[in-house]
Amino acid sequence: MTTPSILSNAGPGGRVTEPSGPGSGGVRRTGRRPRPGRRRALAIFLTPSLLLFLLLVLAPIVVASYASLYKWNGFGLPENFIGLDNYTRAFADPVFRGDLWHGLVLIVLSLVVQLPVAMGLAMLLNQPLRGRAIYRVIFFAPYVLSEVTTAVLFNLVFSPNRGFGDAISRFLGADAGAVFADPDTVLYAVFLVVSWKYFGLYMILFLAARQNIPKELNEAAVTDGASAWQAFRLVTLPLLGPTIRISVFLSVIGTIQLFDMVWVLTGGGPIHASETMAVTMFQYGFRRFEVGYASAISIIMFLLSLVFALIYQRIVLRRDTEGALTVQGDQR
Amino acid sequence: MTSPANPAQRARRLLLHLISIAVGALIVVPVWFGVIGGFKDNGQLSTNPLGLPDPWAPDNYLDIVTAGVFWRNVGNSVFIAVASTFVVVAAAAMAAYVFARFAFRGREFLVTIFAIGLMFPFAVAILPLFILLRGMGLLDNPLGVILPQAAFGLPITIIILRQFFRTIPGEVEEAATLDGCGPFGFFWRVLLPMARPALATVSVLALVSSWNNFMLPLVVFTDQSWWTLPLGVQAFQGQYSDDTAKVLAYVVLSMIPALGFYAIAERQLIGGLSGSVKG
Repeated sequence: MTTPSILSNAGPGGRVTEPSGPGSGGVRRTGRRPRPGRRRALAIFLTPSLLLFLLLVLAPIVVASYASLYKWNGFGLPENFIGLDNYTRAFADPVFRGDLWHGLVLIVLSLVVQLPVAMGLAMLLNQPLRGRAIYRVIFFAPYVLSEVTTAVLFNLVFSPNRGFGDAISRFLGADAGAVFADPDTVLYAVFLVVSWKYFGLYMILFLAARQNIPKELNEAAVTDGASAWQAFRLVTLPLLGPTIRISVFLSVIGTIQLFDMVWVLTGGGPIHASETMAVTMFQYGFRRFEVGYASAISIIMFLLSLVFALIYQRIVLRRDTEGALTVQGDQR
Repeated sequence: MTSPANPAQRARRLLLHLISIAVGALIVVPVWFGVIGGFKDNGQLSTNPLGLPDPWAPDNYLDIVTAGVFWRNVGNSVFIAVASTFVVVAAAAMAAYVFARFAFRGREFLVTIFAIGLMFPFAVAILPLFILLRGMGLLDNPLGVILPQAAFGLPITIIILRQFFRTIPGEVEEAATLDGCGPFGFFWRVLLPMARPALATVSVLALVSSWNNFMLPLVVFTDQSWWTLPLGVQAFQGQYSDDTAKVLAYVVLSMIPALGFYAIAERQLIGGLSGSVKG
């Protein structure tokens, strides 16, 4: 959820830019060498967060990179050094390749289905429509349910002979409970449930961005003879650019880490047809005790997220730190 | 609200309502199926999945709310969420204060390190985290969930709070200093009270993410007495896999706290989410 805020805050090199708001005066004023009392305060204030962070966030990543070079069952110390074999094994493994493919399919589906639908609904809720506050509350509600609750609910909705989803799919001529049992359809079914839960989040983001666009801009376009569609395409859409780019980013990073939903809905099956990287990692790490191999998968997930984030920040999000859009975004 | 008289606009408005109602139905109907399904027995579910129960059978719900397991799951979830939120907000507020209002060498480096932490979700770190927690003897201990959740919540919390702390004018701090406030006094007596809305926002985000966390409690708690609600729901589904109606009742009951919280804190939640992205 959170990544974008730093991305929009940080310049391309990952350096956080100085604020231009009223607070900057205070920061600059203290630019001198801190007095001893302040220095003590600084140490005391930073210690808890640094301790937590180093021990529980950074250390695990270091441990994982180290363990990924060993054949290790997770007990005792790793001794059987095998270099990069775990990594070559992963990329040769049809299951892991399948994971990569499923991730790609899910990402493409979110970009071409989920995000446009969310944006459309945000534009709809921006209209002066009676009851739109109620629609908004309902559309966003699934986001607050946990992935587990959502997954169990949909398991039951499609449970053979007892769920109405199952009744509907039988009515449409499919086999009972088929959507989650058929390797050809299971990934799409998972995608629909993921979208059910998450589209409200993107809708809210688009809605907030839309409401930040001054009314006068669209009115001026319409006065100049633009149709509603032209005003949307030529005025609104470009101004939603930063939010679109952030949503794409969230969607990709979220998909790379997808676990809870898949674990509860399908366990990755049938025959690995809906398995994701996180599920494969979990299977090897916590069920088969191949901790070295599972660590390698963790590191691959991490590197994929990181490389994607860096490239995306360089190429795409960089535009948001330049030009007119920045001025608007910087007002916060 | 403008009320257009012309029929074209009226038709357009009707269309928008129809779309909204259709989307709303996609969300409401599965939940509705759960709510009324919990009042049926399994025979009714297969013959009449969407209609009202006939007769109404409240036993599924009553069995769950009178047995202790559900409440213990709820209690664990509440305790762990509140404790995680307290730890993360306290630690992050202190760090954010330093990052927002102190100038020192290495500040931007530290901020960047925390920012990179946003790339480390549980799924990536869970396995080594598990090994570390096992080494520290924190398995089957609520701290084994609370502390990592707080640690992983730090980046976003620090970033939002830092942003907010920066908007408080330097003059306020100067005035406090003149009145004899040191850095601690300023932080505790001036900054935190002024930052109440921002603290509410980050607390709501932290509560929700703790409440919904599944992966970490799944590996930390083998002892059922510590299970949180998501673990309870999943286990209940496994235990009563033949009794769809009973599981529906459990799922519905487990949704109530989250939806109730949403009803109360909708503004903070939505504001926090859209605010954190806008940065």
